[in-house]
Amino acid sequence: MSEATTHHDDHHDHPKGLWRWVVTTNHKDIGTLYLLFSLVMFLIGGAMALVIRAELFAPGLQLVNPDFFNQMTTMHALVMIFGAVMPAFVGLANWMVPLMIGAPDMALPRMNNWSFWILPFAFTILLSTLFMPTGAPASGWTLYPPLSLQGGNSFAFVIFAIHLMGISSIMGAINIVATILNMRAPGMTLLRMPLFIWTWLITAFLLIAVMPVLAGAVTMLLTDRFFGTSFFNAAGGGDPVLYQHIFWFFGHPEVYIMILPAFGIVSEIIPTFSRKRLFGYTSMVYATASIAFLSFIVWAHHMFTVGMPLGAMLFFMYATMVIAVPTGVKIFNWIATMWRGSMTFETPMLFALGFVVMFTIGGLSGVMLAIVPADFQYHDSYFVVAHFHYVLVTGSVFAIMAGVYYWLPKWTGHMYDERLGKIHFWWSTVWVNVLFFPQHYLGLAGMPRRIPDYAVQFTEFNMISSIGGFMFGFGQLLFCYIIWKCARGGEPASARVWEGSRGLEWTVPSPAPHHTFDTPPVVDDSVAVHKDELT
Amino acid sequence: MRHLANKGSTTPWLVAKLAVLAIAMFGFGYLLVPLYEKFCEITGIDGRTAGQATGVEYLTDQVDESRWVTVHFDATVNSGLPWQFEPVERMMQVRPGKLYETTYIAFNRADRPIVGQAVPSVAPGRASLFFNKTECFCFTEQLLGARESREMPVRFVVDPNLPERVELVTLSYILYQNEQATAVLAATD
Amino acid sequence: MKRTNELIVGLAVMAVIIVITWGLFAVGENMPRGVTPFSQDVYQLHNTVLGIVTVIGVLVFTAMFTSIYLHRKSRGHEAAKFTHSTKAEIVWTAIPILILVVMAVPATRVLIDMEQTGGAEMNIKVTGYQWLWKYDYIEDGVSFYSALERQSNAARQIGSGINPREVENYLLEVDRRLVVPVNTRIRFLLTADDVIHSWWVPELGWKRDAIPGMVNEAWTYIMEEGVYRGQCAELCGKDHGFMPIVVEAVSREAYDAWVAEQRGEMAAAAHDSARLWTREELMDHGANIYQAQCAACHQADGSGLEPAFPALAGNDITTGTLEDYLKLVLDGRDGTAMAGFRDRLRPQDIAAALTYTRNAWGNETGDTVQPSAVAEFDQG
Repeated sequence: MSEATTHHDDHHDHPKGLWRWVVTTNHKDIGTLYLLFSLVMFLIGGAMALVIRAELFAPGLQLVNPDFFNQMTTMHALVMIFGAVMPAFVGLANWMVPLMIGAPDMALPRMNNWSFWILPFAFTILLSTLFMPTGAPASGWTLYPPLSLQGGNSFAFVIFAIHLMGISSIMGAINIVATILNMRAPGMTLLRMPLFIWTWLITAFLLIAVMPVLAGAVTMLLTDRFFGTSFFNAAGGGDPVLYQHIFWFFGHPEVYIMILPAFGIVSEIIPTFSRKRLFGYTSMVYATASIAFLSFIVWAHHMFTVGMPLGAMLFFMYATMVIAVPTGVKIFNWIATMWRGSMTFETPMLFALGFVVMFTIGGLSGVMLAIVPADFQYHDSYFVVAHFHYVLVTGSVFAIMAGVYYWLPKWTGHMYDERLGKIHFWWSTVWVNVLFFPQHYLGLAGMPRRIPDYAVQFTEFNMISSIGGFMFGFGQLLFCYIIWKCARGGEPASARVWEGSRGLEWTVPSPAPHHTFDTPPVVDDSVAVHKDELT
Repeated sequence: MRHLANKGSTTPWLVAKLAVLAIAMFGFGYLLVPLYEKFCEITGIDGRTAGQATGVEYLTDQVDESRWVTVHFDATVNSGLPWQFEPVERMMQVRPGKLYETTYIAFNRADRPIVGQAVPSVAPGRASLFFNKTECFCFTEQLLGARESREMPVRFVVDPNLPERVELVTLSYILYQNEQATAVLAATD
Repeated sequence: MKRTNELIVGLAVMAVIIVITWGLFAVGENMPRGVTPFSQDVYQLHNTVLGIVTVIGVLVFTAMFTSIYLHRKSRGHEAAKFTHSTKAEIVWTAIPILILVVMAVPATRVLIDMEQTGGAEMNIKVTGYQWLWKYDYIEDGVSFYSALERQSNAARQIGSGINPREVENYLLEVDRRLVVPVNTRIRFLLTADDVIHSWWVPELGWKRDAIPGMVNEAWTYIMEEGVYRGQCAELCGKDHGFMPIVVEAVSREAYDAWVAEQRGEMAAAAHDSARLWTREELMDHGANIYQAQCAACHQADGSGLEPAFPALAGNDITTGTLEDYLKLVLDGRDGTAMAGFRDRLRPQDIAAALTYTRNAWGNETGDTVQPSAVAEFDQG
């Protein structure tokens, strides 16, 4: 490439040391920051989960009082959703979107820097509420009023933190849309884009559409709590159920914000290790778009028990069930991609396959939850907890790990330790099922979620689940070690890294130089992940 | 060689459009409040549509003599309000289309004046569309002096179009303290 | 090669584990069948849907693992070139739609059945409070609060030293059960005083939110006598996990006898609120009331949980003038978790609790509070 002939202002006087990371506008640096931040949050949120599982190991209260337990469940969710999963996807997008579409950087590098650096402040504020006299929020991550309005003054800090996270996500999303729409290399037509790019483009639109709705909802909570408005206060003519509608109008698309990029990652990895192009590329794109569209009209399935008219319940039930169709198409397409391929099973592929299996389990229990009469039993029980952890942990988090293993050689220039990677996969897979599968039974047997103590007949499954939780949790330290080890050294990685890989990111050397694609590449069918000429 | 530009949209223009979309969606969050109220009014989703009295005398020329509907009057006092509040009649058999009147009695047990406010609700929710009140005390502030009691009338008509399968309708009033108005009252004393 | 073999074994083991656990899921710990027509419909529906999704899961995973087994590079399998097949894509869009229709039909039928209301023989109003339930029998005029039973409440405190396994029905027993007759159409009206609660007894087949500011409706028809236990299902604050529901379904005759007994008790209670009590009676009864009503926040030893729940031991108001203290307990304090107990407790309960707190844990006012004084204060 013609690196030497292009000049950028920031080319020559790189700030050194820590300051470099504060002022960086380089998409690769910012991607790294996002990913490291997300790993830290994953460990903090995981520690909170272990507090929860430790308390639930046996009946009776042993370790924490119920109020602190509620703070843990609330903070665990907020930290994992807004601190771990979402920033991890944004970090992957930062690193990979320019590399995959042949752009030199993100469209708005300075805004990119702000998007990231808001996050540490937001989470410092959020986590600091744990040390405030009135404690961290304890009303669940959904912050349902009137309960959330009973919180102390620290509630204002929580809402401010959520606003900051929202601003960060919206700026990040705008940046990604602008990059994908305006920065593609010549020949990189929309229908030649890798699926990861497609899923992120759609996710970014979802973010821009719903994060402001969340901001509005929590602002209403703020004014209800501190400024005497009555949006949700029944005494003043407000309606607590209204909050649930607004929240879930954000909340359901949010669920897909956390899974669509995972679909994208898996759709990159499975073809690579099957040595075969992705099956049904076009239908994958349409399926993603339909899932995104449907996500706006199913929100009330989170609130079947509030008492809705029959017609509304039927509508939301049918709409929710319909989502199974495009989701099924995706799963079938992945299997068809593997079909008659030439498969190998390196760690990224293992995580991707684990994703397909366990996300499917979560998806199938999702179909069960859509059935309204049965949901009257499942709702707010541990069955729901099991369901969304299958889609979020063995779904989103496994996909993120798959993506990290897949692209780590490209980032560091070294191969990670394959043996340790496989151990990490098997360890995680076994224990994560020990952790979450018994929770299905607990829910069916009548254990409600968000309780710090339980009747003795729930003991055995809770113990199993807690053991799984601790084993899975501590297993993730191995993940940290593998990353650290890979960053420090290891077998040098080639540019292409994987035998079956396709796409622009594999045309640059490993590690990817600080500046790539200063001169745009020309994209044709030989490098494109998807061949355009198909009809 | 330039990178492929999105035809007709430069980056600043695209960013501006996306930012406007984000701001509009923030507004949409607030718009959901009146939309929801309207939606409730049309569908009776939360059983609260029978909120305000219509103030219009309901035409009573089409009394449905073929069936009885039981109306159950319910009263709840929020624990933050030291009042007693009860319907005079618990149950009433009514003919759809006919105008009826009943009374609730409220009593302030405290030794200071307090402002209360009643929030109405109808169960089942779908019946609220067919429950027309021509006079009620819903949502209006009720000032009761120390140890004062008051009779509060409700006049209503059950719409003859009430679905056949609804035989029993509960009209519920939940009484809350209006803390702001009570505080103002205490301050002006 | 060796490693790949291990891998295959691993995947196969995983598949087996999944299939077995799914199997267990279907026959092992399952949703209760319940004792109402609706709960049994739901149970049927649940089993049908679970069966269908299990079969789908098994088919999908079989296809996937077949491919993983056959189409491996280590077996020398060459990758094919195909990237789409319109026929296959139409098939796997259409078949799921058909399956969904198969599931939606019974689901819709059960839901519509549930909405077939009418013929209420009895109305019970359920009001959720932090953290207990209030039941009003509309027709029979019986009304009471139902809170976590004392033994469970004592055992569930941190460091109580009581083994929960030795407490009968730990966390699933209440001081006063909701007694209802069997074979009776019962209509529940649900609302809440403070925050959203959710009333859930799995054996009845549904849960329904109790929401402040509105009244929800739900129906049941219990076919078998028995005791059915449940819990609050919507996070409602600190003691969300400690507000159980116990429904005792009895014969019509037993129910009528129970109602008569309740009425007798209410008359006796009216008598009790008028008569004079000894100090010992007040302290005994006060300790009970305190443990049931106050200890959740102010703690069993009156030490409180700062900052939200002040200590009562050595508390200025508790040991101050009776009038101020009584006023606080009756009316509650705005903007805090302290609710007014005027309607929750009878005069003799309040008098006893006041006597107890004014004389326990080193509070030594030495006075007794008579129920009649509470009633009198209340009437002005």
